[in-house]
Order: sequence, then C-alpha cells, then structure tokens
Amino acid sequence: MTVTPERSVPKPVFTDAEAGARDFPDSELRHFNYFVPKKRKQSHYEDVTVEVQPDPRHYLSQGWLYGFADGKGGYPLEWTALKAWGSDRPEPERFPGSGGQGYEWPAHGWHEFRDPNEEWEQSIYRNNSNVVRQLNQNVEAARQSKAFEQWNRNWVQFVAQHVGAWMHVDHGLGLYLFANANRRGPTNMHNTAISVNSMHRIRSAQDLALYNLTLSEEIEGFDGTAHHETWNNDPSWQGVRETAEQLTGIWDWAEAVFAANVVFEPLVGEMFRSNLVQQAAPGNGDFVTPTLIGAEEYDYAERDLRYTRVLFEPLVSDKEFADHNTKIMQSWLATWVPRCLSAVRMLQPLWSQPDAKPPRFEDGLDRAKGRFGGILSDLGLQAPKELNQ
Amino acid sequence: MSRQSVAKAHQKIQELAWEPAYHEPVSQYGTDYTFQKAKKRDPLKQVLRSYFPMEEEKDHRVYGAADGAIRGNMFRQVQERWMEWQKLFLSIIPLPEISAARAMPLLFRTVPNPELHNGQAIQMIDEVRHSTIQQNLKRLYMNNYIDPAGFNSSLRNFQNDYAGTIGRQFAEGFITGDAITAASIYLTIVAETAFTNTLFVAMPGEAAANGDYLLPTVFHSVQSDESRHISNGYATLLMALSDESNHQLLERDLRYAWWNNHCVVDAAIGTFIEYGTKDRRKDRESYAEMWRRWIYDDYYRSYLMPLEKYGLVIPHDLVEESWNRIWNKGYVHEVAQFFATGWIANYWRIDPMTDEDFEWFEYKYPGWYDKYGAWWENYNRLSKPNGHKPIAFEDVDYVYPHRCWTCMVPCLIREDMVMDKVDDQWRTYCSEGCHWTDAVAFRPTYQGRQTPNMGRLTGSREWETLYHNWSFADIIKDMGYVRDDGKTLVAQPHLDLDPKKMWTLDHLRDCPPFPSPNVTLNEMTDEEREAFRADYVRQGPGGRPAPAA
Ligand SMILES: [Fe+2]
Ligand SMILES: [Fe+2]
Ligand SMILES: [Zn+2]
Repeated sequence: MTVTPERSVPKPVFTDAEAGARDFPDSELRHFNYFVPKKRKQSHYEDVTVEVQPDPRHYLSQGWLYGFADGKGGYPLEWTALKAWGSDRPEPERFPGSGGQGYEWPAHGWHEFRDPNEEWEQSIYRNNSNVVRQLNQNVEAARQSKAFEQWNRNWVQFVAQHVGAWMHVDHGLGLYLFANANRRGPTNMHNTAISVNSMHRIRSAQDLALYNLTLSEEIEGFDGTAHHETWNNDPSWQGVRETAEQLTGIWDWAEAVFAANVVFEPLVGEMFRSNLVQQAAPGNGDFVTPTLIGAEEYDYAERDLRYTRVLFEPLVSDKEFADHNTKIMQSWLATWVPRCLSAVRMLQPLWSQPDAKPPRFEDGLDRAKGRFGGILSDLGLQAPKELNQ
Repeated sequence: MSRQSVAKAHQKIQELAWEPAYHEPVSQYGTDYTFQKAKKRDPLKQVLRSYFPMEEEKDHRVYGAADGAIRGNMFRQVQERWMEWQKLFLSIIPLPEISAARAMPLLFRTVPNPELHNGQAIQMIDEVRHSTIQQNLKRLYMNNYIDPAGFNSSLRNFQNDYAGTIGRQFAEGFITGDAITAASIYLTIVAETAFTNTLFVAMPGEAAANGDYLLPTVFHSVQSDESRHISNGYATLLMALSDESNHQLLERDLRYAWWNNHCVVDAAIGTFIEYGTKDRRKDRESYAEMWRRWIYDDYYRSYLMPLEKYGLVIPHDLVEESWNRIWNKGYVHEVAQFFATGWIANYWRIDPMTDEDFEWFEYKYPGWYDKYGAWWENYNRLSKPNGHKPIAFEDVDYVYPHRCWTCMVPCLIREDMVMDKVDDQWRTYCSEGCHWTDAVAFRPTYQGRQTPNMGRLTGSREWETLYHNWSFADIIKDMGYVRDDGKTLVAQPHLDLDPKKMWTLDHLRDCPPFPSPNVTLNEMTDEEREAFRADYVRQGPGGRPAPAA
C-alpha cells in the first residue's frame, strides 16, 4: 500500500465575514461616502472614477509629494485658461497644527463633470470589441461575396489615396492630441473620458490601415502605399495635414479638445466622412467602406461629441466664470474656424474625382456648417463671423 | 483575427506614423537624457483589432468570477485579518494605476521614436482598465464584506492618512519630474518590472490562502497586461543606454527608483503578506523568501545584471542592502509594528498576533520573538478598551519614531537614521539612500552636471506636522475616521465587532497632545539635536529605547 503524503494547502475556515452577519456602527454604510453623486444615487461609473485622482483642495492634506522642476505637481488647474467656479481659491495652507481640512466637496466646479458615456473598464472593452467584431464581419462578408469587384477603377484609387490618407489624421490626433491630453485634465473623470476618446481615434486609424491591407490583397492594382504619397504630397490634403499638426501643437488641454471636437470634427472630419465618403461610396458600388467610416462617425457623434458638450457647456454658464470662459472659447473659435474652413476647402477637388459624384461640395459644407452652428448653440456660444467666409 | 496574421497586421499599422511637416506637437515635459532619432521596432506588437476582444474576454472571466464569489458566499470564508489590510491596499493602488496611464504622454516628445508610441497608448488604456477594475473590486468588498468601514471612506482616507501618503509616491513618482526618470525608469524599469511581481503575483497567492479568490482573479488579469509594459520600458532603456551621456543619469535614477520602491512597496506588501495572513503553514513562503525569488533572482540577477554589459551601472550595493534590511534588520516587522502602534490613525482594523503566529515568525525569522514578541503581547493585552489608553500612549518599551523625509516611512531601523539640515530644515531619513535622494538626486545639478529637468520633493511631507500638539480624538475627527454613530472609530486594534468592545472617541479623551517629531527636532538647540541623534541610533530593535549608557 502506498501512502500519499498530505498535500500542503491552506484550509478553508468558516468565518462568517459576510455583509449583514452582525449589526455595529457602519455595518449598513455600503456606499462611497467621500463625494456627492450627480444624480440621487451614485452610479457605478462614479464609484470607479470619482476622486481616484486626488485634489489638495479636498482631502489631500499633505499636498502633492513630487513636482516638476518648477515645483508643480499633480494636475494644475492652470493647465487650461478656462476656469470652473472655485478655481481661484488657493490650496489650503498647511503649517504646524494646521489640521488637514480642505474645502467642502467638490471645492470647485471641475469636479462636477461626469462623462455622460460613463466610460470605464467594462464599457471601453465592450464597445470597442463590438466595433472591431462588426467591422471584421463586414469586411469578411464583402470579401466572400466578391463585393470589391463592383468597384470602378476611379473609386479603387479614391479609397487607396483619400480614405487611406484619413488614417493619418486619426493616428496623429489620437496620440498627440488626445492621449497627450490625458495627463492634463484637472480630474480623473476628464482624463479618463479623454483617454477613451484617444483610443477611438487610434482604433479608427488602425481600422483604416488594416482595411487598406485587405484591399491590397483583394483588389488587383490596389496600391496599399498610395496613402503615404497623398498625405505627404497631394496639395488637396496639405491644409488638413497642416491643421492636424497645428492641433497637436496646442498647449492648453481644453483648447486642444475643444478645437478638435467642437471645430475640426464637424467642419473637417464629418465633412470628409459623412458628406463625401458616405455619400459617394454607394454610387460607386461600395457598401463596405461606409461601415468603417460609419463606425468612426458614430464614435464621434454619439460618444466623443457627447462628453465634449457636457464638458464645455457648464463652463459657458459657470456661476463664477461664465464671461471669462465664453470670451476664451469665442477666441478659440476665431482661431480655429478659419483654419478648419481653409483646410476643408483645399479638399474640394476630391469631390469631383469619383465617377459617381457625391452631392456638391458647397451643399455639403452648408450642411456641415449647419451642424456646427447647432453644436455651438447647444454650448451657448456664438458662431464666429469667420464662419461665413 | 481570421485572415491577416497578427504579424502582418502589425507591420501594416507601422505605416500610420508620420513626421510633422508644418508644426511640431506640443512639448510639455523635459528630460536631461538625450535620445538619438533612430528607426525602432514597436515592442508591443499589439493591434487593437485583437487587443480589445482579448481584454473583453479577460473581463468576462473576472466578472464571471465576481458573480460566482457572491453566489458562492465567498465572504463566509474570508479572513477578516486579511480583508482589513485590503482597505489600505485597495485605497492606494487605483492611483498608481491611473497615474501610469497619465504618465505615458511624458514619453511622446522626449523619446522621439514614433514606433514606441503605439505601445505607450495601449499601456495608457490598460492602466485605465487596471484602475477602474480595482476600484470595482473594492466596491464589491464594500458591498459584501462584513465591515464596510474604511472601504466606504477609501479615497478620502487614502488622501489624508500618513499611510496613504507613503503609498502615493508609487504614483506621483510616475508623472512628475524628468520625463525619463519618472515614466521610464521609476515606473517601468523598476516599479513594473521588479515590484509588480510582489504586488500582483505574490499577494494574490496570499489572498487565496485567506479565502479570497477574487483578488487573485482581478490581479492576475491585471498582471497579464504587465509584460507588455515591461517591453515598453525595456525598449526605452536600451535606447537610453546607446547614448553614453545618459549613463550617469541612468545610474542616478536606478538608485533612486530602486531604493524608493524598496522602501515603499516592501513596507506595504511585506506587512500585508506577513501580518495580514492566517495561513501559518511552515512550508508557505515568507515575504523574504518570495522577495528573494521574485526580486533578487528574477529581476536583479536575470533582468538587471545582463544589462551591465551595455554599460548600465547597477546599484548592487542597494539591492544587497534592501535584502539586508528585509532579512537581518527586520524591515517588514518594524513597519508592521509601527502600523499597529499607530492603529488609531488608520482606517482599517489590525488583528493581534497569536501564539500560532509567533511560532511561524520564529520559524521563518529566527530571533523574531526576542525582538517583537513582548510588544505584540502588549498589543494583544491593550487591544480592548479597558481603562487604558491606546498602545501608542502606554509604556510598552517603544519610542515613537521620526519620519523619513524622503520615503515617509518612519526611520525604523534606528541605527541607520541620518539627520541633516537640508533646504534650511532639519530632516531625518530612514537610510543613507533616502538622504541621498533628497540631498543629492532631486536637485538641479548632479555631480557637477546641469539637471534642470529633475523633479522636486514637495508637500508637507511629515504628516504629524499638520497635527502638531493636537489631541488624538480631534485628529481622528478631522480626518473623518469615525463610524456612523458619531463616536466609534473606524480603526480598531482587534477584529471583534461587538460595539461594546470597540474603541470610541471617548476612550481617547485622556491621551496627551501629540507633538510633531520634526517640529520638535527643529526647535532643539544644536546640542539637544545631537544628543537626540546619538540616542536615536542606539534605539531598537522593535522600537526599544536606547540602553542606559
Ligand atoms: Fe497597471
Ligand atoms: Fe503597467
Ligand atoms: Zn526613507
């Protein structure tokens, strides 16, 4: 008979340490009690994001412990010119015997921002996985049904060059504007929403690149490298490129998000995607490209623009800094609207390239301007005079 | 990914990068390192088309396990001793995670190789994942574990308690100062490559042994992203090494990052694993044994040492001294004892040690009982309110320690304490390494070289200063560590939830005012201060007063 030596494993013990097993002070206090929820009840999203990034005006009694060479640590409010109420209150001073009290929560208006998309771990992966799965299926179905064979020559070239060029816009803004800004917002809710926006753009860039790869394999004569030449040298694209580069050069994180999502996207992004590609593709026998472009359009219109509105609108009507903020945002409009309009006008030759033409450029631009005007009025801002140029 | 192989897809997305032709992206962070612009390979080889579904699948497993744990009444079997320390751990860790996300852009302009930026962006969203999945775990504990106090106040407490302040370095160090020092050397090369092993692998093992299999599920899922982040760091490190002029800074930063991580992470995780467990099987690994395996062998010997041939100067002396502190100088035991001494200022409960614990400690760390046994017997004796004061105010042969200005863990290995006047203030340091970090490393020059981008130590670094000469009842009210009856403390030096056995503000009325050690130090005359120093370095072990001369 062989003896099996007893394995050394921890033994389960009945501890009865579950909720409700006893009554004692705090035994029923099962919610995070350090912030005021937006609605009556705290949301799951708030529980996993609010106050993770501390604030010396709240509970961070010892202040930031590490700083840059100028001594600034954490997330300085002056990283944007905009101000939310309370922004000018100094950080509470600490000295021997000062105690650790901060201002009453939320201390200033920035902490009132909640991402209306309630993005956190689960939603990020669920939404983006759904998109990539759907796109994979669409492209695969098109491949199997030989859908690409219906494309005319001109359209093949259009997709290779111009749809291809757009991937560079997504990539550049995704990394150097949005991912960059995720270090700079004043609260965890801002920075998390911005990082999700960044992933939308980077994913869209990759979606277009991989689609381009599929087309190179499926369509004879599809030039998978043409997007480089177009992006680097096609005069039609140099306005978009220059504007995209200018956008990544913005120092102020809020101006960057504003310029990209409030101005550039409606006037350039949607103009290119919705008023050109989406309109032209069906007439040229292409029902696949619109599903990719549509995925990006949906991310922007239904998610990224949505949080952007909720981010900026309260600042326009802020109880302390409404005028200050409105002036600044109007000045941003005065800067970025002309740049974006001139960029999109340089794209105009694209409208005549496909065999089956999309609706006229000017009609599309009117629509884009109308949409843009609507966004501004939602925010309580005036359309700048430059819009009529 | 069905048709396109991942390699081909990955090759294709390299086409996305482009050089600006008209305007440079904004440059918001500085470094004193120099990098050559050279074509590099993206070390992550991750394409979002497969990345998102992979992470979603991992999530399904995590959330499936969470549902299972609740349906299976896991909390009937978890050890309260263990769960209480999770109130500290899970108050800290979501900030380091999110700070790692926020740190990634520090590298965009300072490391001018666009091929690396894709990996950094994926790390960014990974870290958002980690932070929120950990907040979610804490929320689940709050809802399902017997005592929600301390979980429910988690992020307030983390921000205003000295223990949270110690842990916060493991986050703020990622996002400030010289961009490479912070986001590459401190975060990736040391924190992620070395210390996530104890955080996310060793600790979950201990959780499982204490009836909690959810923590391992969550943290193994987190750790499985970590190898990608380690590749990010490695790629940057090799680039830094290829420029001779960086070697001096690499040496400085490895010394700082190693020593700070050791001080902070070993203090916290060592305490959780050794003093937060009920698993006293003699063949279960001690923290020292785990450290030897994960950090000394796997990181130091297998990862760092091979880099020596590329010119990396490795802090051999500091690695050996860390081990010396853990093995010979009782670092973890001294820290656990300090946490327990200061239990009144905590937001979790600390279970007394029993004979079974004593036996295990003596077996794993011969000589333990002589140093710490009597003190823990006193802790046990004084754990229920019975006319006496909390242990910090009773005579148990323990001298309240001064705090280390750099790592903010107290100077517990008393003979190693360094006292110096820095920035016109008398400061104490737990070790020569921490003194060097403040006095030499975090300065605008280093060994005669200009280092204008190096960060600064800031803040009110001694927690006790804020409460100089306050009464403890007032301190606790100020911090908000009182339960919903308005008087029972969140912290308790035992696990009994019978309200009659729990400490309240009333029990603290007779405690004397609490002076700040650092304020006191700065009020001394030079002779008094020297006498203080000479006495301090003769104290210990276990916080004992210096023997009569
Ligand atoms: Fe992480
Ligand atoms: Fe990481
Ligand atoms: Zn120290």
